[in-house]
Amino acid sequence: MQNVFVYLEIEDGQVAEVSLELLTKGRTLANELGCQLEAIAIGYGLDTVGEQVFPYGVDRLTIAEDPRLKYYTTLPHTSIVVNLFKEEQPQIALLGATSVGRDLGPRVSSSLFSGLTADCTMLEIGEFEDKKNDKKYENLLYQIRPAFGGNIVATIVNPECRPQMATVREGVMKKQIFDANYKGGIRRIDVSKYVSDEDFVVEVIERHMEKSKLNIKGSPIIVAGGYGMGSAEGFNMLYDLANVLGGEVGASRAAVDAGFCEHERQIGQTGVTVRPKLYIACGISGQIQHIAGMQDSSIIIAINNDPHAPINTIADYVITGNVEDVVPKLIKYYKANTK
Amino acid sequence: MSLKIVVLAKQVPDTRNVGKDAMKADGTVNRAALPAIYNPEDLNALEQALRLKEIHPGSTVHVLTMGPSRAAEVIRESMFRGADGGYLLSGREFAGSDTLATSYALSCALRKLGKIDVIICGRQAIDGDTAQVGPQVAEKLGIPQITYAEEILAVENDTITVKRRLERGVEVVKGRLPMLVTVNGSAAACRPRHAKLTLKYKLAKTQSEVQEAGNDYTEVFNNRPYLKIDEWSVNDIEHDPKWLGMSGSPTKVKQIENVVFTAKESKRLEPTDAEIDGLMKELIANHTIG
Repeated sequence: MQNVFVYLEIEDGQVAEVSLELLTKGRTLANELGCQLEAIAIGYGLDTVGEQVFPYGVDRLTIAEDPRLKYYTTLPHTSIVVNLFKEEQPQIALLGATSVGRDLGPRVSSSLFSGLTADCTMLEIGEFEDKKNDKKYENLLYQIRPAFGGNIVATIVNPECRPQMATVREGVMKKQIFDANYKGGIRRIDVSKYVSDEDFVVEVIERHMEKSKLNIKGSPIIVAGGYGMGSAEGFNMLYDLANVLGGEVGASRAAVDAGFCEHERQIGQTGVTVRPKLYIACGISGQIQHIAGMQDSSIIIAINNDPHAPINTIADYVITGNVEDVVPKLIKYYKANTK
Repeated sequence: MSLKIVVLAKQVPDTRNVGKDAMKADGTVNRAALPAIYNPEDLNALEQALRLKEIHPGSTVHVLTMGPSRAAEVIRESMFRGADGGYLLSGREFAGSDTLATSYALSCALRKLGKIDVIICGRQAIDGDTAQVGPQVAEKLGIPQITYAEEILAVENDTITVKRRLERGVEVVKGRLPMLVTVNGSAAACRPRHAKLTLKYKLAKTQSEVQEAGNDYTEVFNNRPYLKIDEWSVNDIEHDPKWLGMSGSPTKVKQIENVVFTAKESKRLEPTDAEIDGLMKELIANHTIG
């Protein structure tokens, strides 16, 4: 009762990165609250899930395994999670802000009438004073997220309803082994007690999933372009620079929306969060929603013709000039100095 | 088979084009500086609805939106693009709604519309980016959902087949009607059907817009009833007031901040050959690159 729950996203028996990141955060929250960390695995072929998640400090793993659950569909997962939550009364429930978590989370919150905050960038424990009703709450989950296109950051709380639910995007929280030898308990539940046949009305008839070819998150060097690159052709020089440096190309939301670059490369609140060794921001003004996804980069170079671009405030090196001039020079002098 | 289709749409501030004056000095949002637009993914949803209508003669597409009276613009625009009409759910009782209270209100309005075959909405709205209202409405109505749709491939014999676009691929799923579908921005853009529709529906108005304009519309509405956009207040839907607005919203905003990032001490460089050469030497020397 009153524990922290993480819903595990599983593909081919492999627990998703985002779920491991959430377990790491969940462990910290559980320690602070003095409760247990629990994980839920729903699917088929889940034999190794326990060994995958226990090192992250899971105290108890609940497994719902059934051949019909091989591929994620909304209703059976909703029924299992909703009924489990009714029994277990978690105080906090975390899900990945993925196409699965964002499909399941709202459904569960709607059924349980519990508040859900999407795409949180920080989760903390704190108190809350409801001045209107003169009530004080302790140990609430602060669900912190950018809002309004990333122009503001809002701290959301769910004072009365449980569980307090939040989704978090992949890469936002850091994944860290809690204790390599940590051993939690496993309990298997009887799936037929939680789902009805009616829950299987939606059927997956075709599926083409690829392992992501891009690894922006893992790249030590990122060359990112913004709306200031002007066009998809303008991005070509960024691919050249990234190639030469051995990095990946990223983009701001404005550049992706304008069609300069595919969504998979989007960095920021609605894309991926990155922490590379070197981040070169080209023609990016630096809206908060972008900065939120790259501010932890070790070294940031900002190239912009606006000397007052917001990105400059967090940059280590600011080059005020046209990207079309500066980027070729970066390539030229990198080559010249590494020969 | 003819289908009864309802599209859920929202009027949103255009957060994609936030200018320098979008934030006030006190850190709050200057809504007046942001134009109100048709939420982009709701247009993708409308397109899927209009395509179904074209394939299945006799089908109807209506748009339901919740918002202030100016949100009637969303319905008018839908009519210009080929929808048959719409409903505006409006009133101060809905103010302060989070996604759950919004979905409760929308589900009450949808119930009033009787048996609907397909409810289609955008995956998410650009002012909140939550993607919650669609699934929450489906849950409240007790019907299944298919999210992240890129294309509705077919509707036949009470089944619907949908192609979904996910992070790492595509999936084709099949389900039974009634179904709620949320549509991705990667779906087909909404193409206006016929310029004549704009002329036909130019005068479409809600009752409050008529009152504001001060004109007598009785005759217009009598002769051309399709110009009347239904405007519903809280009294027009069967509801429990405790699930609406602030009281129906489990989430509370504790704090809103204008983000200020700790400024670093930056090195300022001129884009000259010498300075860029120096920068590259420095980055190579400290093993950042190379």
